[in-house]
Amino acid sequence: MGRDAGMPPKGLRPRGAGLHPPALTPAYRSSIARAPHHPPIAIGGTAESLHGPVFGHGDIAPDEANLLAGYGSGGAPIGERIIVHGRLLDGSGRPVPGALIEIWQANSAGRYRHPGDRHDAPLDPAFSGCGRTLSGADGSYSFRTIRPGAYPWPNGGNDWRPAHIHFSVFGTAFAQRLVTQMYFEGDPLIPRCPIVATLPDPAAVTRLVGRLDMDASIPFDALAYRFDIVLRGHEATPFETRPEGN
Amino acid sequence: MTDANRPLPETPSQTAGPYLHIGLAPRLAGIDGPCAALGSPGAEPDLPGPRIRVSGTITDGAGAPVGDALLEVWQADADGRHAAGGFRGWFRVAPDARTGAFQFETLRPGAVDAPGLAGSAPHLSLWIIARGINTGLATRLYFADAAEANAGDPVLARVPLERRASLMARPGPFGYHFDIRLQGPDETVFFDF
Repeated sequence: MGRDAGMPPKGLRPRGAGLHPPALTPAYRSSIARAPHHPPIAIGGTAESLHGPVFGHGDIAPDEANLLAGYGSGGAPIGERIIVHGRLLDGSGRPVPGALIEIWQANSAGRYRHPGDRHDAPLDPAFSGCGRTLSGADGSYSFRTIRPGAYPWPNGGNDWRPAHIHFSVFGTAFAQRLVTQMYFEGDPLIPRCPIVATLPDPAAVTRLVGRLDMDASIPFDALAYRFDIVLRGHEATPFETRPEGN
Repeated sequence: MTDANRPLPETPSQTAGPYLHIGLAPRLAGIDGPCAALGSPGAEPDLPGPRIRVSGTITDGAGAPVGDALLEVWQADADGRHAAGGFRGWFRVAPDARTGAFQFETLRPGAVDAPGLAGSAPHLSLWIIARGINTGLATRLYFADAAEANAGDPVLARVPLERRASLMARPGPFGYHFDIRLQGPDETVFFDF
């Protein structure tokens, strides 16, 4: 995708090739029939896509950031308790406050609470795998949950997903909308995963890996992983003349 | 140029996978809770203005339904304003898991009249995620019976003439019809917006 000379000022940076996975990644077989063959048409930051839906504390319940509580008939989910936290930043490194962050994940046995999941691993009656929060004034967020299990999936015969948590993030602009996955530092399945391998730049995998964060862990309770999320940035101001893509 | 001035690279996208409902439409995964309705169309307060009904099917390059997709709609209100006057202008639509058919009702959007958008025709912005979609797909729904407004729309003007029909919702006895084809000869036009 080329840059579009007709783009209005103060738009968002184009989502050019090289950063996000291309649509067609045949080693991830589901992309074969679902990848558009035409490249997207760049329409720059139209005013409407530079704004986005606004969420507030009325949209989520206070305990929705704690996946250890509030589901089923009580009791604690089985698994290794963890804290997943970080900051939501824009492309200039500024915090993005008040943004809706939604997560979903498998339970500690690698099974999703979903009618489509046929993996022969037990459901945990005390775990939904669904969490929501709003980023704080400094862009920070934090979830309490259990470490999800790895699981096999029908793709290449013996493919296993590394442990991961799905993230859905809103920025201030609808054009910043992002869905991604966080992996766990040190997981040997990461370099073997066809979905991780959709990234065009293998070095970018490090930006999807939550780092063990002992400073944020709680002794005798939970380990912590840190995962900062950077949203699509705005176009360079005149003194930022560096070319894109590095 | 110091590092402090270097823009941070965006966190890369990964597919939402087949179980996105757990986090984004929990009721469809059988999960209820105090806020499970977040994003449901119809959760908006009653607002003045004509309403529209849209239905269609989302299919892949083989014509198979994409029943695990999720659509997000972002739109202006009847006066062409975004996120104004109590209208969030955003909701989620999940197609039928088996058939890929979807339907929703919402306010008919007015023409946006913001700086830089002169001449825009009324439309809905759509964002689509699913298993097999590595980065969310953005498109627009225009109204085929607004030909005069569409003719002056600056975004449509960038779309090759022969592909514009994929962006047109067609009026019918049960409201507007709008199919989404991820791939193939009648592939929907997607945008980087």
